[in-house]
Amino acid sequence: MTSARSAEATLEWSADEMMTVAAARRLRGHTTCFVGIGLPSTAANLARAIHAPDLALIYESGCLGAKPDRLPLSIGDGVLADTAVSVVGVADVFNYLLQPGRIDVGFLGAAQIDKFANINTTVIGPSYERPAVRLPGAGGAPEIAASCGEVLVVIRQTPRTFVERVDFVTSVGHGAGAGDRARLGLRGAGPRAVITDLGVLEPDPETFELTLTCLHPRATVEQARAATGWPLKVAGDLEITEPPTPQELAALRGLEATLTA
Amino acid sequence: MAELLPLRDAVAMLVRDGDVVAMEGFTHLIPFAAAHEIIRQGRRDLTLVRMTPDLIYDQLIGMGCASKLVFSWGGNPGVGSLHRFRDAVEHGWPQPLAIEEHSHAGMANRYVAGASGLPFAVLRGYVGTDLPKHTANIASISCPFTGEQLTAVPALRPDVTIIHAQRADRAGNVQMWGIVGVQKEALLAATRALVTVEEIVDVLDPVPGQVVLPAWTVTAVALAPGGAHPSYAQGYSERDNGFYVEWDAISRDRDTFLRWMNEHVLDPSLVR
Repeated sequence: MTSARSAEATLEWSADEMMTVAAARRLRGHTTCFVGIGLPSTAANLARAIHAPDLALIYESGCLGAKPDRLPLSIGDGVLADTAVSVVGVADVFNYLLQPGRIDVGFLGAAQIDKFANINTTVIGPSYERPAVRLPGAGGAPEIAASCGEVLVVIRQTPRTFVERVDFVTSVGHGAGAGDRARLGLRGAGPRAVITDLGVLEPDPETFELTLTCLHPRATVEQARAATGWPLKVAGDLEITEPPTPQELAALRGLEATLTA
Repeated sequence: MAELLPLRDAVAMLVRDGDVVAMEGFTHLIPFAAAHEIIRQGRRDLTLVRMTPDLIYDQLIGMGCASKLVFSWGGNPGVGSLHRFRDAVEHGWPQPLAIEEHSHAGMANRYVAGASGLPFAVLRGYVGTDLPKHTANIASISCPFTGEQLTAVPALRPDVTIIHAQRADRAGNVQMWGIVGVQKEALLAATRALVTVEEIVDVLDPVPGQVVLPAWTVTAVALAPGGAHPSYAQGYSERDNGFYVEWDAISRDRDTFLRWMNEHVLDPSLVR
């Protein structure tokens, strides 16, 4: 604790770095992780560098157990195939590895998320046919969210991204609340945590509504409320995240430097 | 048996206006050279099928070759938006683009069904999402043995599938390795199949992780070294990540895009 405090005093870090570090820390005790590109890939590779060296990263491009020494720009970079235990076809990844429930945790990003952790990566605006913003779409996310043992989501928290109801349900979180995943026949546990630049939200054990359970240092509850498009509930025993350690920051910056190289 | 043809002749023979065309390659081995030939030959009214439209379909869409897109993830990987795709969907430029949207699991299974000679595929997918509200060919189906509710999607049967591979031999047997995506399934699902290759060799030396497509599953093979650029060909070239980033600025503006296509694709000296 003392060392962390002094590190905080001497180290400059950004809210984005705190988010990625906090996300990486959640990957503990897992054997296999289905990794989306972008923030999830950075966090999963940070976890592998720091505390989860044996975590098998699964990329939808068919790379199983990839151990990239630099961050891939895309889920199909050659470094993933070169360092993988096995490279299989895309149909095999989804049919043989994801669908039967062989992957412990799915790590996803999102453009919008709602209070039951449903994810939108398809369109912004009320009309699908004439969208205000056309987003990339589903990719592997709907089935990752459905079939992984559990799901982690990493996303910056703003009123635009944290909305009461997503404009389009691309991937189901907890649907309309308690019991909905079971009703839909979804076999994984769904989102267990949403890690943001302000803190961590977890589904309430009874209602499954996302509740602020951890606040990052320097963020405030007021800030988190203002960045959330529904009346945000805050856990009674709200925790404060440990700031990034020098080791975590060095590893993260080392990884990110490989992207621009 | 596969015919060895110049790329221009192969595209002229196999790709027709109004065709359903699948050009696969999951980040790796994307058949850009063939797409550029399609653009030069001015094909129109294509239904383009591809899991990740990527820059290759951004270019075909922006050049007015497509009237419909069947896909599952339409972004610039690791960079952001596909601006020509977005401009077509959001503003109908250069012409309206109908879309049929799936998930990766759905698309992969649709190719598997097509390659298997089956009318549809079954998976656990789409349930609870808004995709079935907007995509007509996603249906619920009950298992005839247990009654369990599952999802069905129809087979994809492209008129022509085009892929890029590392090598072919002179008989037209095709060899690829590295990330092999859904190319095998997409090719075997199609009526006609064109493969562009980095090189044509006398003997296909075995490579770990290889997929070999026998010549009798391929209609034509065309030599196109570097034909996957800016994607890559494992063992031959690296992914040009810098170009994927540059494409964001090139494609954002209609005139800049058209100028780039004129210089780098339409110029007659570029014909292979």
